[in-house]
Amino acid sequence: MSRQIDVSDLDIYYGSFLAVEKVTMEIKPRSITALIGPSGCGKSTFLRSLNRMHEVIPGARVEGKVVLDGQDLYGPGVDPVAVRRSVGMVFQNPNPFPTMSIYDNVLAGMRLNNKRLKRSEADAVVEHSLRGANLWKEVQDRLDRPGAGLSGGQQQRLCIARAIAVQPQVLLMDEPCSALDPISTLAIEDLMGELKKEYTIVIVTHNMQQASRVSDRTGFFNIEGTGKPGKLVEMDATDTIFSNPSVKATEDYVSGRFG
Amino acid sequence: MTTTTPALTGSRRRPGDKVFSGSAAASAVLILVILAGVGLFLLAEAYPALVAPADQIEGGEGLVVYLWPILFGTVLTSVIAMLVAVPVAVGIALFISHYAPRRLSQTLGYVVDLLAAVPSIVYGFWGFQVFALALVPLYQWLAENVGWIPLFAGPASTTGKTILTASLVLAVMILPIISALSREVFLQTPRLHEEAALALGATRWEMIKYAVIPYGRSGVISASMLGLGRALGETMAVTLVLSASTSAITFNLINTANPPTIAAEIALNFPEATGLRLSTLIAAGLVLFVLTFAVNFAARALVTRQKGGST
Repeated sequence: MSRQIDVSDLDIYYGSFLAVEKVTMEIKPRSITALIGPSGCGKSTFLRSLNRMHEVIPGARVEGKVVLDGQDLYGPGVDPVAVRRSVGMVFQNPNPFPTMSIYDNVLAGMRLNNKRLKRSEADAVVEHSLRGANLWKEVQDRLDRPGAGLSGGQQQRLCIARAIAVQPQVLLMDEPCSALDPISTLAIEDLMGELKKEYTIVIVTHNMQQASRVSDRTGFFNIEGTGKPGKLVEMDATDTIFSNPSVKATEDYVSGRFG
Repeated sequence: MTTTTPALTGSRRRPGDKVFSGSAAASAVLILVILAGVGLFLLAEAYPALVAPADQIEGGEGLVVYLWPILFGTVLTSVIAMLVAVPVAVGIALFISHYAPRRLSQTLGYVVDLLAAVPSIVYGFWGFQVFALALVPLYQWLAENVGWIPLFAGPASTTGKTILTASLVLAVMILPIISALSREVFLQTPRLHEEAALALGATRWEMIKYAVIPYGRSGVISASMLGLGRALGETMAVTLVLSASTSAITFNLINTANPPTIAAEIALNFPEATGLRLSTLIAAGLVLFVLTFAVNFAARALVTRQKGGST
């Protein structure tokens, strides 16, 4: 299920404002790619452009190409709804559907795909997804309870289970641990290590230890000043970025000497 | 550092706090006093009718027989009005909040707010002079073609002043208030919930079904109950539009034999009423008072149960 993403010369606009400029990036399958950089540098915008979620904001558009396994996500006739079905996303704040049970939350994406599921198939999907998200043991005897009743870390893992239930090709994570305590964060990081065996994962994080712990490759985004577009400054193997980056700004940022 | 630490014990009197909490409490008590006052007034004034012998009540068969048809008329018109208005209002609210382009939605929202402020007598005139007449051909068609449905048994009214017309006018009247309130609730839907649905590959309608409607459901119920309250108590529009000739209890919506509503019955008869007749009308008012009270309680209970179930 895991695919490569090739981004070339991607400009992202909000109306006439250029938010991210000329990003070219290769995202390898079955690996974790971390995107780091100061606030407002466009890394979240870039992440959202990988499943066209940034288009939720009116006036958002892109120029350039995002090619997933040979298909341009912004090609003519490509339906953003279909793109989002194959590129899943986990958000900064856990967002299970509050009125749905844990069981229904996991199946929400499957039901959107209009698949008629037999009860036994649905049960199997729920168990498989929750096991995949390391949540099964904690919730198996209360699947009918509302998802909103779980702790923050559990809710985030429920959101991951919901995202992987539809078996996406890519999983995008936008600061998935920034609202969680260290123990829940560790649980999610362990989970990412498991998930990368099957999925291509792209994670945006403000936590540089996290980037260095979990990711295989790291991209550093930066911005020259307010109103200027964000750019991808450097991208390399995570070890290289954190020990021997080739750009001064990257070194300053990862060593905390930024700004 | 020789500054003295301020004493942490003992409560300093803050006059602002006292004034504010005092006036807030007074307002709360005042509303209860007014409500109790109205209830007591209705009870006291209606008392002669409540204890009067049956043959002295209007119609000659007692209070219950007199009140029952107009209560029925009130509930029937309001329920039909709700059935028509709520789906349309929710549709309008969703269109404004999630479908229309921003400029159109602002204009539409403004128009809806304006409609909510139109006095009921204006709706009454429109219903009586334009709408009722326009509906006559429809009623005739209904009576001829689907007359086997008891609702449309006919014979169709030639003036169009029927229960159904009154209900539809009420529906138009409560439409703006329900859609204005629903729109506000829908706009409050957390972006996070909407994005959760969209990121799973939901279309706009699916996003609304997964995120917006579950979030707004209790608000829509509250809005509907406000609308229902308005419909139950609406006087002028119904008085003008409905030609209430009999005290028949019938589900035949399009003929001329209609019970009036409580509010219209009071408005029509109050100017000439004296003595026991006046008490009878006030008793009718008491029934309406209790009815709206019950509706609001039911709505409250429904909303709390919804909220309780979702946490």
